[in-house]
Amino acid sequence: MTQKNTLKTFLSEIPKNIFSGFVVSLIALPLGLGLALASGAPPISGIIAAIVGGIVVSIIGGSHVTITGPGNGLVVVILSAITILGNGDMYQGYLFTLAAIVISGILLVILGFLRMGSLGDFFPSSAIQGMLAAIGIGIFAKQIHVMLGNLNAEGSIIDLLLQVPEGIVNFIKTPDNSAFYAGVIGIISLLIMVFYSKIRNRYFQLIPAPMWIVVLSVGMFYYFDLFSTTTYPIAKEQLINLPNDILASFAFPDFGKIYQAEFIGAVISITLIASIESLLSIKAVDKLDPLKRRSNVNKDIRALGLATIISGFLGGLNVVTVIARSSVNVNNKGNNRSANFFHALFLVAFILLFATELRKIPLSALAAILVFTGYKLASPENLKKVLNIGSEQLIIFLVTLLVTIATSLITGILIGIIVTFAIHVIINKNILLFVKNVIKPNVLMFREDGKYYVSVKNFSSFLNYTKLKSKLNQIPETAEAIVDFSLCDFVDHSVMENMNNYAETFERNGGHFEVIGLDDSKSGSEHPFALRKILPKQIIPLEGILTKRQKSIQKVSEEIHYSYDAFSDLEMEELPNFGYFKTRKIDKVSNVLSNEACTIFDVQFSEGAMIAKQVIKATMLHIHTEAQMPKFTLDREGVFEYILHFTGYKDIDIDAHPDFSKRFYLSGKSEERIRDFFTDELILFFESNKQYHIEATNVGLLVLSNERLASVKEMKALAYFGSSLQKIIEKC
Amino acid sequence: MKKIYKILIGIAFSPNLKPNLFEAIRIANMFNAELVGVHVGEKSTKKETALDTILKEAEPLNKPLKTIWQLGKPVDVILETCKAESIDLLILGALQKENLLKYYVGSIARKITRKAPCSTLLLIKPSVKRRPCKHIVVNGLKDKKTKETINTSFLFASNLNCKKITIVEEISQEELHVNVHDDKSLRKATIIKEKLKIREEQRVKTILKDINCADISVITQSIFGKRGYSIGHYAKVKRADLLVMNAPSKLGILDRIFPHDIEYILSELPTDVLIVK
Repeated sequence: MTQKNTLKTFLSEIPKNIFSGFVVSLIALPLGLGLALASGAPPISGIIAAIVGGIVVSIIGGSHVTITGPGNGLVVVILSAITILGNGDMYQGYLFTLAAIVISGILLVILGFLRMGSLGDFFPSSAIQGMLAAIGIGIFAKQIHVMLGNLNAEGSIIDLLLQVPEGIVNFIKTPDNSAFYAGVIGIISLLIMVFYSKIRNRYFQLIPAPMWIVVLSVGMFYYFDLFSTTTYPIAKEQLINLPNDILASFAFPDFGKIYQAEFIGAVISITLIASIESLLSIKAVDKLDPLKRRSNVNKDIRALGLATIISGFLGGLNVVTVIARSSVNVNNKGNNRSANFFHALFLVAFILLFATELRKIPLSALAAILVFTGYKLASPENLKKVLNIGSEQLIIFLVTLLVTIATSLITGILIGIIVTFAIHVIINKNILLFVKNVIKPNVLMFREDGKYYVSVKNFSSFLNYTKLKSKLNQIPETAEAIVDFSLCDFVDHSVMENMNNYAETFERNGGHFEVIGLDDSKSGSEHPFALRKILPKQIIPLEGILTKRQKSIQKVSEEIHYSYDAFSDLEMEELPNFGYFKTRKIDKVSNVLSNEACTIFDVQFSEGAMIAKQVIKATMLHIHTEAQMPKFTLDREGVFEYILHFTGYKDIDIDAHPDFSKRFYLSGKSEERIRDFFTDELILFFESNKQYHIEATNVGLLVLSNERLASVKEMKALAYFGSSLQKIIEKC
Repeated sequence: MKKIYKILIGIAFSPNLKPNLFEAIRIANMFNAELVGVHVGEKSTKKETALDTILKEAEPLNKPLKTIWQLGKPVDVILETCKAESIDLLILGALQKENLLKYYVGSIARKITRKAPCSTLLLIKPSVKRRPCKHIVVNGLKDKKTKETINTSFLFASNLNCKKITIVEEISQEELHVNVHDDKSLRKATIIKEKLKIREEQRVKTILKDINCADISVITQSIFGKRGYSIGHYAKVKRADLLVMNAPSKLGILDRIFPHDIEYILSELPTDVLIVK
């Protein structure tokens, strides 16, 4: 694609991006106002963040369809920063917090330059889930009071939650008319948020739910103003307060507390949450991108940092990438960065043209939007999802959640990391596995037959996931990749989740990504993300839980009409007849796929004895033939390692097929019979197919390619090879 | 290519003595070299008879065994003997972690390996019966020692009757000069990788030009991972029988705290390892 063409497509796609930018701005306006209010900052600060973010990140960012603006994760952090730094004076606290925001922006830029985009991988996913739920509860606890018309509820998150029943009673009994009406508007707004997705009216769905709330509450004000004889029942302090001259009244950060410990603490939490929220969102939005592009995370982090600095100086909140608004953008056919830019422009227009109208929005209406957001972050469904993965994940989730609520975000996430690690140690009953191997480079990648093969050693968890990730990221998503965990003793939930993500990404882009080597592992649940501990060698799980590979094999078996048995204790009695297994002891055979003549199976066998013992797992194919065959081995010319047990026999060249003789090493005892057996048709078949190692006894053939477990795709190829070969042999 | 005339083995009267000695005798005969045995400790008739019984069971040596009995610190004694006897190859046995199929080099052997003036062969699984050596993996790093190392691996291959050598070039992340963060840089990285691979293969080819590798199948393979460590991982995945590596240039105290290259391999031997000086 030439530069000119790209520009042309970009320009031709601008109209639909203008539209999606417009839709997004409809959500961003109320959300921006609401998030800022919930943070304890002036409402306009949220809009400033969205405008600056939209303009800066769309110009210099590294992602494509993301929308940037104030984030809900930061609400709790900024609120606590404003409260602590302000010492009771919220506005002064806001000015100090602006300084913290500016500095966190600088830190983000530095992180981006240091390519610390991968920092987000260091947090175990259940701990992050717990932290997000805690943030959700934090938002919910504070905003539910505002939604009910009570602006004065104060205290810690737990206190606020305990006050909820009392708040509801007060709301019903309140003598204050203004607070009561504000509460009613709040509850109606919440109902709109909850039931919006259930109403299937095309015209109703044209406007996003938050905008409906804005439109209705502004409409109500005009109804009272123009048609009703009574005055508007909601008092001025229950309405949004916007500065009179928006363009002239930017707040400026106060750097007065810059060296104080609480200021530094605020900077750290803001940076931490901003980066985690952005990283998670960028990752999630990439999955939504209709054009399957990969975002440049570090570039995006730099852009977000710069946007945050500018926004902070103008009196705005942090700029982060936000998932909800981004997915609205994608749903409305936004497909390049200009959508983010236009969303910012529309916000500017709204603020300049409709400032008077916006001032009529009751705070309780915005609080309802936030109550809904908070609830979604902390919904019991998330709890169920985590429990499905495994009970140990639930422990991590709950510990992180409770600690975060009771103390602070930073303590919460740190405890979450520690608990995760402790649980990994307990599951493995082995701390040395982690201590000794954590800094070792445990990932090897190489290309083999055009496929990328990645082998992981020791253990793979959130602690060393970046090493695996940096290798996997180098594989084009259109290629075929095999990740082998058979040398790993332990694979954790975060890694499994990421493997699943990779598999999806590869699938979308036409590649193939497969995880092998986990079939012998034990896991706590059936969930594909469940952590896996590799069992000691001799134990055979009788009724274990199928891995993804096993499930795919099962599916394939149906496709190709083979029967499948995952935990077959069928001891292949014929296997030891093969020369290959003369010196190798078969430990177990599993994942058996079979039809009348062909059997594909994973076999675990050991070479050598005692200290020289080596355990090997490999996938092989066994063909039962009815015709009598001579004993022979057939190999790629130049592969000497397999044929040791036949030493003494030389390469049999078949003169009529020089090319076959050149490519294959054929040997066996009775040369005459072998020559008779290799008909032209058989030779042509071998020539035109993948070269396997093939070994024949009188009644069977053993086919294997590499001495390792095969991916499902490779198994399919093997099955096809087997049945074609069998047909030809039976014809001879 | 240095021929191997003299081989040194440390004799400790442990349960592993017999397989260690058998292995050493076999190797000595294959190279038609002289075997020197050093025991750090007092000479006693009991020890001598024990040694004799084992020697009687073993295949006869082409050249007689020379035994040295000396008191002192094991590390010093062995290193001094290496110099005094102008040894070409030192054979050391590795230890196995309890109940695990993992091998490592003990602290004494590790010290010796670091300081040895000659090539060192670390055996992880010496056995009384011969296990054929079927596959040798050798590093093809860009290093001035590599040529000698590859030469030596061919010497070993021909003497141990091994038919397959894989020359592994480790391509490290730093060499790529591109960090993959989006589609564009991924394409760039893939192209650079391909270029690097061709360049490395070319380099190995020049080395191979001077070597007679008639009946040995030689494969070159690029791998991506940590230099000095991933080759061990590769040897394990491919289940090579011998891994041949360059000796490290210089090791300071920092290298032991932040292990790299050979230190990784020593802490977790994937297979038998030959370190070429």
